[in-house]
Amino acid sequence: MTGHTPRLSGSAMTLAYDKRVIAENLSVEIPDGSFTVIIGPNACGKSTLLRALSRLLKPTTGTVLLDGRDVHSQPTRAVAKTLGLLPQSSTAPDGITVAELVARGRYPHQGLLRRWSAEDERVVIESMEATGVADLTDRAVDELSGGQRQRVWLAMALAQQTPLLLLDEPTTYLDIAHQIEVLDLCAELHETQGRTLVAVLHDLNHAARYATHLIAMRSGKVARSGPPSEVLTAELVEDVFGLPCRVIDDPETGTPLVVPAARRRTGVEHPAPAVP
Amino acid sequence: MTLATLDKTRSIGSRVGVRPRAVAVGALALIGTFVVSVFGLGTGDFEIAPVDVVTTLFGEGNPAHEFIIGELRLPRLITAILVGAAMAASGAVFQSLVRNPLGSPDMLGVTNGASTAALAVVILGGTSTQLSIAAVAGGLAATLLVRLIAGRALHGFRFILVGIGMAAILTGISGYLLTRGVQMENARALLWLTGNLDGRDWGQAVPMALVLAVVLPFLLLACGPGLRILEMGDDSASALGVPVSLLRNGALLAAALLISFAAASAGPVLFVALIAPHLAKRMSRAPGPNLLPSIAVGALLLTGADFLAQHALDDQTLPVGVVTGLLGGGYLVWLLTTERRAGRI
Repeated sequence: MTGHTPRLSGSAMTLAYDKRVIAENLSVEIPDGSFTVIIGPNACGKSTLLRALSRLLKPTTGTVLLDGRDVHSQPTRAVAKTLGLLPQSSTAPDGITVAELVARGRYPHQGLLRRWSAEDERVVIESMEATGVADLTDRAVDELSGGQRQRVWLAMALAQQTPLLLLDEPTTYLDIAHQIEVLDLCAELHETQGRTLVAVLHDLNHAARYATHLIAMRSGKVARSGPPSEVLTAELVEDVFGLPCRVIDDPETGTPLVVPAARRRTGVEHPAPAVP
Repeated sequence: MTLATLDKTRSIGSRVGVRPRAVAVGALALIGTFVVSVFGLGTGDFEIAPVDVVTTLFGEGNPAHEFIIGELRLPRLITAILVGAAMAASGAVFQSLVRNPLGSPDMLGVTNGASTAALAVVILGGTSTQLSIAAVAGGLAATLLVRLIAGRALHGFRFILVGIGMAAILTGISGYLLTRGVQMENARALLWLTGNLDGRDWGQAVPMALVLAVVLPFLLLACGPGLRILEMGDDSASALGVPVSLLRNGALLAAALLISFAAASAGPVLFVALIAPHLAKRMSRAPGPNLLPSIAVGALLLTGADFLAQHALDDQTLPVGVVTGLLGGGYLVWLLTTERRAGRI
């Protein structure tokens, strides 16, 4: 790593839920200005790592440093001005409108007496425009489609105006077109607004295509980290996921593309089942 | 309400503030409370015309009216308003905290804590002051116990299940206490357990008013905005800078105080804490705990129920808890049926 300390890092962390230890002696650094994507098989601790980085889970040992200070010793509201999080499951309260939900992103910037300012107004409109939900302003969130809803949640996270934004599986439950739409949006926000993004993703090819920095995890350890082209090799995928595969160049972007190996037939040869 | 594009003539600020509908619900409920109060104060063995009730309330009435209203009927009415408001506020906070529209303090053992402790005092032949103190202590103790057993997860089913279990245990203990009492005490105990505003004087109204004066501003100003955010889930709320566990414990304690004092003043009047926030939310169609509309609806519900309790039957008065039980239970059945038909549950 470089000599320069990144704004967000975790060092020698033990992460556990009650007695169940998920990771030991785990250290990560999130390069400033990167779009970092964390990948790894189920239960490897990637969401747990994100929870620790976002102050939701206190490491049993070790620390998470945000701007050089232990994130758990800083007041919640102060952290919320620097570090945003889009959790995997958020509930839109019944009957809430898009404008109301996005406006909640301004909560950490508001006080007991100062409730709504011109700045809040401007930021909320900008966030809705950036995510393409401005024309949904007065719609109830619960009547939107999954893709629209995810963009509304992103708008809320943007309205929080944090230089760092963590996203826990932002594409889960979305169909492929909406997955790409949300990831394109993230990439655009990363490029145009210069925010540092950290996302947990399941799809390796999405990770390779959108990440500028990749962290591959296996059973609570960082298996490898760096640019996608260096991290995502056939050997790593086999090693981390136990999946034999080939890695070729994505014909669209030139980033690594993981192609799982065909099933090796054993015994009597069956004709391949017809695809409906 | 559906707009094709962002209507720039209305600012976002004007769209995210308090909803006009919620204000209307609160205002209507307050007006309703006032109307019911005027009729309630005028009705009884000695009838007073509504105009005279209003002039008397503004200090312009004749001495006879002043005595009947000010000394005999007003304390009971004020107690009903305050207790209704307190129960509704408590219910709204509980429902918001456990994220379940059925998660009211009646269901989660808090009210039972108050009744069981009060019952013990009645059976032991204690005074009404001791009864009030015991009710408050019992409600708070039950809350604390449920909180400790349920552990960190205040939201969701764990807290609710522990609460229901606590309610069941306390109901059992209450039943046992009743079998130990002698007949006179049991009659008093049962009357108290139903929820009753009969013979309430300033001794009940003043402590309730003081508690409301302290707890309501705390709930509205310190907890209200955070509670709205908390409805989006703990993780989201924490990410937005809400100190989740501090807020939860603070709001829980405040809500438990309100319901315990309410129970100490009027007994464990059923369903107000459950129904008032529910009605307010349904009518205002606004997200969040809807504290102010709930409070107004709670005051209206209890004054209305008490009016019926006193005057519905010609020859006798009922304990107010009987009326709220009938009305609230009926509402609940109706609600569950319509929600089921609408496919929401």
